[in-house]
Amino acid sequence: MGRAWTIYKKELKSYYESPIAYIFMVVFLAVAVWVFFRGFFLIGEVSLRGLFGIIPWLCLFFIPAISMRLWAEERKTGTNELLFSLPVEEWEVVLGKYLAALLVYTVTLLLTLPVAICVSFLGNLDWGVAIGSYVGALFLGAAVLSIGTFVSSLTTNQIVAFILGVIVVAGLMIVGEPIVTMFIPSSLPWLVPYAQYLGLAQHFSSIARGVLDTRDFIYYLLLIVFPLYLTINAIRARKVG
Amino acid sequence: MIEIEHLSRRFGATVAVDDVSFEVKPGEIVGFLGPNGAGKTTTMRVTAGLIYPHAGTVRVNGLDVLEDPVSVRRQMGYLPEDTPLYDDMPVIDFLRFIGSIRGIRRADLSRKVSEMVEVCSLGNMAYKDIGELSRGYRQRVGLAQALIHDPPVLILDEPTSGLDPTQIVEIRRLVRDIGRQKAILFSTHILDEAQKTSDRIVVISGGRIVAEGSADTLARQVHGRDIYQVEFSGDLPALKDKLAHLLEVATEKEAEGGWAHISFASKTNDDVSADIFDAAVAVGGRLRRLEKQAATLEEVFLELTRGGEEEAQA
Repeated sequence: MGRAWTIYKKELKSYYESPIAYIFMVVFLAVAVWVFFRGFFLIGEVSLRGLFGIIPWLCLFFIPAISMRLWAEERKTGTNELLFSLPVEEWEVVLGKYLAALLVYTVTLLLTLPVAICVSFLGNLDWGVAIGSYVGALFLGAAVLSIGTFVSSLTTNQIVAFILGVIVVAGLMIVGEPIVTMFIPSSLPWLVPYAQYLGLAQHFSSIARGVLDTRDFIYYLLLIVFPLYLTINAIRARKVG
Repeated sequence: MIEIEHLSRRFGATVAVDDVSFEVKPGEIVGFLGPNGAGKTTTMRVTAGLIYPHAGTVRVNGLDVLEDPVSVRRQMGYLPEDTPLYDDMPVIDFLRFIGSIRGIRRADLSRKVSEMVEVCSLGNMAYKDIGELSRGYRQRVGLAQALIHDPPVLILDEPTSGLDPTQIVEIRRLVRDIGRQKAILFSTHILDEAQKTSDRIVVISGGRIVAEGSADTLARQVHGRDIYQVEFSGDLPALKDKLAHLLEVATEKEAEGGWAHISFASKTNDDVSADIFDAAVAVGGRLRRLEKQAATLEEVFLELTRGGEEEAQA
């Protein structure tokens, strides 16, 4: 665990010493805040729904942009050879890198808090729903990041990792939407709830409404753990192949 | 120490390493010599636990790399081919990172890092980003990284490639200095280097070990044929006849003034210069040149690796 922590600190340092993290934060916040306030005054409603409505879309495009380099870059520059010549287990490296990237996302998310505070001055904000939304957004981002990490471990090309990441996450986002479920043949009606359960955004919107359901959390936990597990296996498989 | 037994490793259909066995004892520097693509890097990567063998075993200090890879890596310093390093990190931070993953305690870390900076002469580069360093300094950072935990076993993959002659001499001296108590395996495709730095040379070609031993024994073992350059005037057929049991004529040409220039290849390992002189006197001729040329390691290397390359191409 100590070694995972060392990896975590090293990764974190490389984030805040390079422009990547700052660019990510600034653009993420700029888009989120702009989209939110554009609608906010038109609707004239004291709620953060506008903000959390756009977060799944920001996750879709921005998180693969952080995760794309996690493994693809190591393999491209050959530094993974150096890393795995050290006395570390694969899971320690995977976990350390993942947590560092997750912190960058978490900090970005928390930087939207001034928006919530600002809104609460303008009227009576339901903080229960707001906190639920933040928790939901955190889990959503963590799941997307985990998928992005796995995709990054499959290629040495960061652009490929980014595009594949966006495609996989987009697929998961729309699988539960009516636009997909309407194509499920009527002879297989039992498939519909499964497709809806698989959909990323469904679980997010129920948490964002302030409904904290165990099923949603189990879904997100699976979506965080499973891709990380696959990442570890992809790294191991390369040693055998 | 390193014990490699019957190691084989394929990549797809290509056999990169085929039934390789050798060992490196403590206090020994072994040069791993072979042309590019002979299987040096693959052998070293298996030994460092970066890829798994398809057959055979590799043990480091008695520990199997497959059974206990983390313990093996703890006892080993490894310099990968082409020295991949984290370019965005300053030298000091990088060495601290490696040191703490290597399990050096916080209290000792700063001391260890400055020790490495000194040993590898990184003094004025210590606070620069690794990406800004020249090839020579990068290589030293790579070595510092491999040495920081004072490992009993060192594996260096082409530690001097791409360096200028002064840097090569420095790195060589460094390897020799640290090599007194360690088992060191270093690879190179340059003969001269293997000869100057190592106690023993293992030659690999086409994935197989083709020769093993000190530079001198290698030269003898493979070639065993010294060449004698002779200039003789007199009864040449009689001379050749007299020496037929010891030497065979390699080349022969007429020089001006009745002198013949002959290259003899010896059939034995003994020095036969005196026999040539005696024979020349016995047939009543004169000698004006008698020179023994030992087979150079260069020739040995070419001879040894030729077979492997042809095999690999076939």
